[in-house]
Amino acid sequence: MTRKITLKINGKSYSHEVEPRLLLIHYLREVVGFTGPHIGCETSICGACTVELDGKAVKSCTMFAVQADGRNVTTIEGLATDGRLHPMQEAFWNEHALQCGFCTPGMIMTSKELLERSPHPTDDEIRHGLEGNLCRCTGYQHIVNAVRAAAAKAGA
Amino acid sequence: MATTITKTETLVGKRIRRKEDPRLITGTATYVDDIQMPGMHHACILRSPHGAARIRSINIKPAINQAGVVAVFIGKDIEAVGPVPCGASLPGLRVPAHSILAKDRVYYVGHPVAVAVATDRYIARDAIDLIEVDYEPLQAVSDPEKALEPGAPAVHPEWPDNTAFTFHQEGGEPEKAFKEAEVVVKQRITSQRLVPTSIETRGVVADYRSAEKNLTLYSSTQIPHLLRTLVAQMLGLAENRMRVITPEVGGGFGSKLNVYAEEALMGFVAMKIGKPVKWIESRRENFLCTIHGRGHVDYYEIAARRDGTVLGLRLKLIQDLGAYHQLLTPAIPTLSVLMMPGLYKFRNVIADIVGVFTNCVPTDAYRGAGRPEATHGIERMMDLLALELKMDPAELRLKNFPGKGEFPYLTATGLSYDSGDYAAPLKKALDMVDYHKLRNAQRDAKAKGRLMGIGISTYGEICAFGPSPATPAGGWESATVKIEPSGKVTVLTGTSPHGQGEETTFAQIAADELGVSMDDIIVLHGDTSIVQYGIGTFGSRSTAVGGPALYYALQDLKAKIKKFGEMLLESDDVTCSGGQCICNKTGKTIEFAQIAAASYRAMKLPPNTEPGLMATHFWEPPNFAFPFGAHIVVSEVDRDTGQVEIQRYVAVDDCVNIINPLLVDGQIHGGVAQGLGQALCEQAVYDENAQLITGELMDYALPKASTMPYIETGHTITPSPVNPLGVKGVGEAGTIGCSPAVVNSVVDALSHLGVRHIDMPLTSEKLWKLVRQGGQA
Amino acid sequence: MIPQNFEYSAPTSLKEALALIAKGDAKVLAGGMSLIPLMKLRLAAPEHVVDLSRIADLKSVHEDGKGEFPGGALHLGALATHFEIESSALVRSKCPLLAEVASNIGDVQVRNVGTIGGSTAHADPAADYPAGLMALEAKVHLTTAKGERTLPIDQFIVDALSTALKPNELVREIIVPVETRGTGFSYQKLAQPASGFAVVGVAARVRKSAGKVTFVRVGVTGLAGKAFRATRVEKLLEGTSGSAADIQKAAAQAAEGVDANTDLHASADYRRQMTKVFTARALTQALSRAD
Repeated sequence: MTRKITLKINGKSYSHEVEPRLLLIHYLREVVGFTGPHIGCETSICGACTVELDGKAVKSCTMFAVQADGRNVTTIEGLATDGRLHPMQEAFWNEHALQCGFCTPGMIMTSKELLERSPHPTDDEIRHGLEGNLCRCTGYQHIVNAVRAAAAKAGA
Repeated sequence: MATTITKTETLVGKRIRRKEDPRLITGTATYVDDIQMPGMHHACILRSPHGAARIRSINIKPAINQAGVVAVFIGKDIEAVGPVPCGASLPGLRVPAHSILAKDRVYYVGHPVAVAVATDRYIARDAIDLIEVDYEPLQAVSDPEKALEPGAPAVHPEWPDNTAFTFHQEGGEPEKAFKEAEVVVKQRITSQRLVPTSIETRGVVADYRSAEKNLTLYSSTQIPHLLRTLVAQMLGLAENRMRVITPEVGGGFGSKLNVYAEEALMGFVAMKIGKPVKWIESRRENFLCTIHGRGHVDYYEIAARRDGTVLGLRLKLIQDLGAYHQLLTPAIPTLSVLMMPGLYKFRNVIADIVGVFTNCVPTDAYRGAGRPEATHGIERMMDLLALELKMDPAELRLKNFPGKGEFPYLTATGLSYDSGDYAAPLKKALDMVDYHKLRNAQRDAKAKGRLMGIGISTYGEICAFGPSPATPAGGWESATVKIEPSGKVTVLTGTSPHGQGEETTFAQIAADELGVSMDDIIVLHGDTSIVQYGIGTFGSRSTAVGGPALYYALQDLKAKIKKFGEMLLESDDVTCSGGQCICNKTGKTIEFAQIAAASYRAMKLPPNTEPGLMATHFWEPPNFAFPFGAHIVVSEVDRDTGQVEIQRYVAVDDCVNIINPLLVDGQIHGGVAQGLGQALCEQAVYDENAQLITGELMDYALPKASTMPYIETGHTITPSPVNPLGVKGVGEAGTIGCSPAVVNSVVDALSHLGVRHIDMPLTSEKLWKLVRQGGQA
Repeated sequence: MIPQNFEYSAPTSLKEALALIAKGDAKVLAGGMSLIPLMKLRLAAPEHVVDLSRIADLKSVHEDGKGEFPGGALHLGALATHFEIESSALVRSKCPLLAEVASNIGDVQVRNVGTIGGSTAHADPAADYPAGLMALEAKVHLTTAKGERTLPIDQFIVDALSTALKPNELVREIIVPVETRGTGFSYQKLAQPASGFAVVGVAARVRKSAGKVTFVRVGVTGLAGKAFRATRVEKLLEGTSGSAADIQKAAAQAAEGVDANTDLHASADYRRQMTKVFTARALTQALSRAD
């Protein structure tokens, strides 16, 4: 019943025998050990599990690991390079864009893609771009500030 | 070696980014579901699909026979485990036996019936589908007012009136006040059931070592020490052999200020199977089985004079308790009653609470816990009075505040408001929106047929829980400060922050007091084997009660440092500050780190002084703290669709001295978001069979980035005598002030149609109907 | 959170996929945005899942000069994602209504994965695409191991969650017309506040000539069990000058004769009224964009 999958996660190749029903989020967290992406719901609403799949933000709880076979995954753990934070991580820190931190890995992954697609978003575009990520702590205002600050810094 | 950096800059009051964040933004923090252990098993819980049913039989065989399933436990297996505790006591309170698994009957949808334990999370989930339960469905009741009607289904057959308690409070001469009133305004006002919805659900890992009889429980909780005390009791364990570790907690909002069946159940399972076991709540379970908040039906009456002077307040409060009492369930509405006069000089009050059992998950503390309901009620009533008297709602409020000189102000409900200048934040908020100009703009807008409204709420909040006699489990807080031999500082706080940022704010306080760099300080919490007993994080208390505990521990430590400084500098004229002690005569200095090293080396000790640098303080607050503030909302209702647009949101809070303005803004924003959720979109809806029909995030609407307005914050500062830091809490303020400002604004937008009141949430359909029907709901 | 186990196949060719589903017990997985949440809640428990995502043939988005429509057609492979459709330069220039509808679906993560074929075959009565596809008079190209057929969208969607798709059949592509120059378009939606699905969603296309409205197409989703074309609205508006009063008069007919849905989020009455409001809004914007 199991199936062999091979995929790249944060630049490194992994290969495992998995049940087809194993969700990508469980594969990342429990089989490979990247516990940065979190599970906040089962209906693909909250976005805490957001990772990048072949460069696009996806909800890894709404995907089977077998679907990611042969593909390239980046999780929050893959953003900082050589101990240097990604500008979006830095912006979230500077702007106090997180409190409990549970939604943060997903929020940062979506925000990163948002700026890659639209480097100079309006506040309205930022707010709409983050519709797939719920935060219960911040009221989103500092998150919007962080994305705006990251955009300004990248443009500077 | 001595590497402690001395510093001169004051940190308290600065916008400093958090010490907690590096682990959170890199995905390296450890939440309970991130814990893996060798041999760890997984539990999945079978729950009742019925609101009320008798259990005729349970067949676990098909589940237990499944490969990978190691155990299934049902009600009869857990006879030895004590009941889920209720910490609140009220005269005559009926307390249903609350076992951790259902026995012969289920009382709400989601009631735990059986637990399957397997080697793998997926197998455990499969196993619960194989457990066969024969239910005899019974009539259920979900509406608290219907539950009070004669002949309603009895939630607990032994109490056919579904009444868990009644509670009466009175102050002054309310009957006289109503008799003499020139105007009486009445309104039924509801505060709907809400689902706290922390983005991390609950979760537990239990690890039992039988040789030592030690149980370690990792739980996503706000109260690690209380949890240890109570779960140890439930399981019959020695408290000192149990350890509760709170890993990173992904939001609580009161929903994790509790002791849940699953916490004891996982301890029980770990002890039975001899292996560590993990249970992680699904979102569906979180909706069904974690406490809900609010759940009020309130009948208000206020008595006043025609000039707007308020005289008396009458409240009949129906509290939907759900099927059981969780930790504080029955106590929550008593907080509403305490705060029912709000910030106004009601000298004559009378309140009656009826606590009602329903076939729903219990209600309990959710951000604000009783105060949002009270504030919503009184702030709506003040607007109704203003409408009745054709007075400006701001003017009416300003007329009825106690004056600056009247503090401490004793309320008719027996509270002593510590300090206040209630007009200050309201005036500031009115200035921020340019109130008179705004009213003119509203007149113009309405003349053009636009439905624009301005809503005001002023709120007071009882927080910093609290003096011990007024709390179920002690209201003090504790702190330990250790200076290690190298001069590095460790703070242990008995609070249990989970996003509020005390690792940062407490480091700011300690850094200022000791004159060392924040980088040389770490703040630890949430491990009962490391941290001295503490109460936890809830009720806007961590900084307001835990902060002073830390402050006093620091004073004790500084006194000791000075003694060592005097000894080492061989002088009795020594000043200690900026991370060093200086001899005022010779100018000779010695760094704290050198003092720390000397204190542990202990070659020589000052008179009557022990070696080492460590101090612990348990601080008992003399009173609650009462922060206050004002919110103003400008909204417009779309005439065609009923959708509300929040055009401006102004929040002015007086939480006195601010340790870190960045974090205070964050608390206000988040609090307002939860208030707006209640005002506009959130509601837990049970149908007549007590099925929760908003049981997923697909149907229960949380505020999103795209639906939240921009919030303008402001602050006033009125010194508080309650504690040495002059701080009050801020965690709940945003929520408490919010919902009435929103509803007042929307009612104001529609008042010319004859609309007097609208119950939350203000869904577009509800407003569209009001507009269409010219105000007639 | 955890689905039941199933057998999994990931064919790399259409032929292989059709052979697998010909056995009859398979559920087809495209982007999975509808199917996987249902499986996680155990509201769906297929024994065999056939994942189409490795079939390159199903991803193509291209223009066909002659094809199914007189002015040319866009062929959208069943696996084209909402994001690909919303951001494709070809779709944005040749069929901008479809790009606008796609940009309104769910959230960005869902649009990155969800597919037009998967969404259309799922036939959720509150999905956004069907409004656009109805207004576009789109066609659904179906294929089996034995042959192919093409159905108009209003014949393909039968009812809520029900289509004309046979068990051995796959959606191969969705075909929409290349828009005539000057056609105005709009998609207007009242979103359900929790899920983002359409309480009602209205897609409109209009053309004007010499001060008269010459062509109107209106597609409505969310109101009823299945999306539909509001032909009464179309007829009433065609031939008018497209004034605000003309629009209101036509839009007032948008929900006539329709058996409206009622649920937690909106009563039938409210849905009907919102259909009129959003039809007027869609027509107004579409007319303002027509030239």
